[in-house]
Amino acid sequence: MLTKRIIACLDMDGGRVVKGVRFKNLRDAGDPAECAAAHARNGADEIVLLDITATSGNRRTLLDAVRGTARSLFVPFTVGGGIRQLDDAAAVFDAGADKIAINSAAVRDPALIGRIAGRFGSQAVVVAIDARRVAGSSADGNFEVFVAGGRVPTGRDAIQWAREAAACGAGEIMLTSMDRDGTQSGFDCQLVRAVAEAVSIPVIASGGAGSPRDFIEVFRDGQADAALAASIFHFGLENIAQLKHELYQANIPVRWPC
Amino acid sequence: MIAIVDYGAGNLNSVKKAFDYLGAEVAVTNQPEIVAAADKIVLPGVGHFSSLQTLDRTGLREALLSGASAGKPFLGICLGMQWLFEGSEEYIQMAGAGIVSGKCRKFPASVKSPHVGWNSVAIQKGSRLLRGIAQDSFVYYTHSFHAPVVAETTAASEYGVQFTGAIERHNIFGVQFHPEKSGDVGLAILKNFCEV
Repeated sequence: MLTKRIIACLDMDGGRVVKGVRFKNLRDAGDPAECAAAHARNGADEIVLLDITATSGNRRTLLDAVRGTARSLFVPFTVGGGIRQLDDAAAVFDAGADKIAINSAAVRDPALIGRIAGRFGSQAVVVAIDARRVAGSSADGNFEVFVAGGRVPTGRDAIQWAREAAACGAGEIMLTSMDRDGTQSGFDCQLVRAVAEAVSIPVIASGGAGSPRDFIEVFRDGQADAALAASIFHFGLENIAQLKHELYQANIPVRWPC
Repeated sequence: MIAIVDYGAGNLNSVKKAFDYLGAEVAVTNQPEIVAAADKIVLPGVGHFSSLQTLDRTGLREALLSGASAGKPFLGICLGMQWLFEGSEEYIQMAGAGIVSGKCRKFPASVKSPHVGWNSVAIQKGSRLLRGIAQDSFVYYTHSFHAPVVAETTAASEYGVQFTGAIERHNIFGVQFHPEKSGDVGLAILKNFCEV
């Protein structure tokens, strides 16, 4: 039986893994290769490394981190942050990533999805969408896409954009609720479900993980295929092995034992 | 030396990296002569069935077929396993190697496609490649087309339909999943291949 994936996300700044709430108060959480290996040992089904302050000046730092992390990591490894064109993606794949995540660049140029997928396969292209609830929208909820690390509104509807990204050749959607990100108050199941029902490719829910119950809800009610968390897996707040055990007991199919 | 065949489909780094980690001597190559000189052959690949056309154009197809018929251990991974079959609905214009009978098909509309993630494998019979692998172990898949369960099937998975996870016949081995991405289980499978 296909299992629900638990993905550990490492936010990286200047070669170090950091975590803040809503990108503020960044705290140092260690070396990316060590963090990734520890999470994989602990039962993470996949690792995502996001360069949160990606600028052209620190591409070398990112590529070094990717190379170091990939060397002894034998679970799927996704890298995102600052990938603007095919060459950027190629360099990250060459350094050892299995998938790349693109966000702002895909919104600006949706054909980039197809160009990367054409060369590396759709399975290697994750389109990351940062979405925020539109204030005062109906109970059903409208969600707007933001780019540039959540700083710039686009006026685009998140569900429509997810559909378009899938049609362009995306292999997966990584969907972050900006309202919930860093709050540990639970995933936005309504947002996740709306996107999961709109596309036929897997949807990774992100933003808001705080407890095992949150994961159970996003898999059951949100119909997520995978759930991603960062902060709770650092600083010993939640152990992935323990989380998977609880999911298993709640009859959510997970890779357990692993 | 193990030749990892590079025909331009996707990223071979992770396959090479896993063999490096196991201490195997590998060469990533697109040269038929190097494939011919290798002790073992790995045909990886991910993506569209049509990308396998490169094998026909470059002389690699003949090198692969003669290596396989000469008894060299041959491991097809993902698209590389599908190539061992007669063909795929994904691109009917091109024939597979036909070493194993049957054609690859799309998943039924009842399930999301592609099939991405960790799925369990039901091991169906004794196998050199799967030696020591526990029943219902989890492996990582990512694919939109699947191979049917056939006489050579040694392990199957379920996703809307039962499909082949691994095949084996004499020196011919194939896995639909990605052993290089399947943690300790996958590394154990690649180690078994190194030791065949």
